[in-house]
Amino acid sequence: MYPRAFHYHRAGSLKEAAAMLVQLGDDAKLLAGGQSLIPLMKLRFANPAHLVDLNFVSGTSYIREDNGAIRLGSLTRHAEIEASAAVARIPILHDCAAGIADVQVRNRGTIGGSLAEADPSGDWATVLFTLSTEVRCLGGTGERAVPLSDFIKDAYTTALAHDELVSEVAVKIPPKGSGGAYLAFKRSAPVYPTASAAVQLTMDRDVCQDAAIALGCVGLVPIRAKDAETALRGQTLSEKTIARAMAAARAASDPQSDMRGSADYKRALVEALVKRAIQIAVRRAHGEQVEVSHIYA
Amino acid sequence: MPDNVVPDRIENVPIQLKVNGKSCSRTIEPRKLLVELLREDLDLTGTHVGCDTTYCGACTVLMNGAAVKSCTVFAVQADGADILTVEGLEKDGELHPIQKAFGDCYGLQCGYCTPGLMLSALQLLSRNKQPNEKEMRKSIAGNTCRCTGYQNILKAIQMAAQNMKGA
Repeated sequence: MYPRAFHYHRAGSLKEAAAMLVQLGDDAKLLAGGQSLIPLMKLRFANPAHLVDLNFVSGTSYIREDNGAIRLGSLTRHAEIEASAAVARIPILHDCAAGIADVQVRNRGTIGGSLAEADPSGDWATVLFTLSTEVRCLGGTGERAVPLSDFIKDAYTTALAHDELVSEVAVKIPPKGSGGAYLAFKRSAPVYPTASAAVQLTMDRDVCQDAAIALGCVGLVPIRAKDAETALRGQTLSEKTIARAMAAARAASDPQSDMRGSADYKRALVEALVKRAIQIAVRRAHGEQVEVSHIYA
Repeated sequence: MPDNVVPDRIENVPIQLKVNGKSCSRTIEPRKLLVELLREDLDLTGTHVGCDTTYCGACTVLMNGAAVKSCTVFAVQADGADILTVEGLEKDGELHPIQKAFGDCYGLQCGYCTPGLMLSALQLLSRNKQPNEKEMRKSIAGNTCRCTGYQNILKAIQMAAQNMKGA
């Protein structure tokens, strides 16, 4: 399948790419990893007249620890994040990077592209909602840092202006005693998850000091399950408190019935994923090494 | 822009890349996919088109040593890259240990997915000499085989790992 014909432009720097967007107008799109955009273009759901290729810009793929944060260049591939020792210290990030689609897609797809696309079924935004995350947006007038919760506006809609692009994603390193887990349920590796749950807990022995819970694929944007967080915060984590959080997460989810499952099925899935993610997050908060990733049916 | 409006004067783009160790240059339309460059322009038809929607992995090739679905990379993006296709696996008339193992273990039936699977296996074995079963399964999760049920493919990868030891 061929996409509609387009003009190809190769950016030498991110600044130049932003300038090209201004010059080329509304019919221009950025090409990062291309693992969503190219399929959409082949199906002719997306028909840009101009593509600005970011893949030849040097210095855009990096993972740096700096000032209590991990900074990821926008063109950092999922596979590079999966292999990073710095990221391994924040297991929830590794869970996400190692489970997105399959090897081939992870070799190409980028964290900046994933956030900028804001697909309701994407993985990164859901995970990063549970950590303190800033998205750096570069445009003609300079660079600004946007908290992730302000960056994601709606399905496929972000705070990026037409002449802006994502330059970096900065994730605050969680405090000691904090552990997290991301579980996504998929029918097979290459497809989007049916539902996903990200849980980050800060524990003081058996008591949960702080909790962040986000749900993916069950709304137009990732859903912060605030009532579920409240159900855990300040509590000793027993089966009862976890059950309360599960019920609150289920109530917070807003899934649609589609080919991946009925709305009811997805609500049940949310409960189960939240339960498992809490259990793994607690074990990790206590220093245990637990390997998890996306679950296939 | 609507689907039926073709922008005028699309400029073709010159690219230079290495395919199976051989340099080649072409001037191509930007929308040409890497898999089409390989199959139609370079006559390397061992790389297959299966689903053409980034699912099945039949079109998997190595780009600078990393497995990619060549139906989901524009050929212009491979400018300067080193591409390895199934045709580049054998050396001096000798099958690559991965090719031999797929044959010896009956790791194929119809063979359509095999080139892609062998290149995914090559990425794995070039980075991990002794993969366990979980790592093998993960490495081929992006390659769909509708015949074998994967058991013999896993056996083949394991045999290839054995035979590539010390290589």
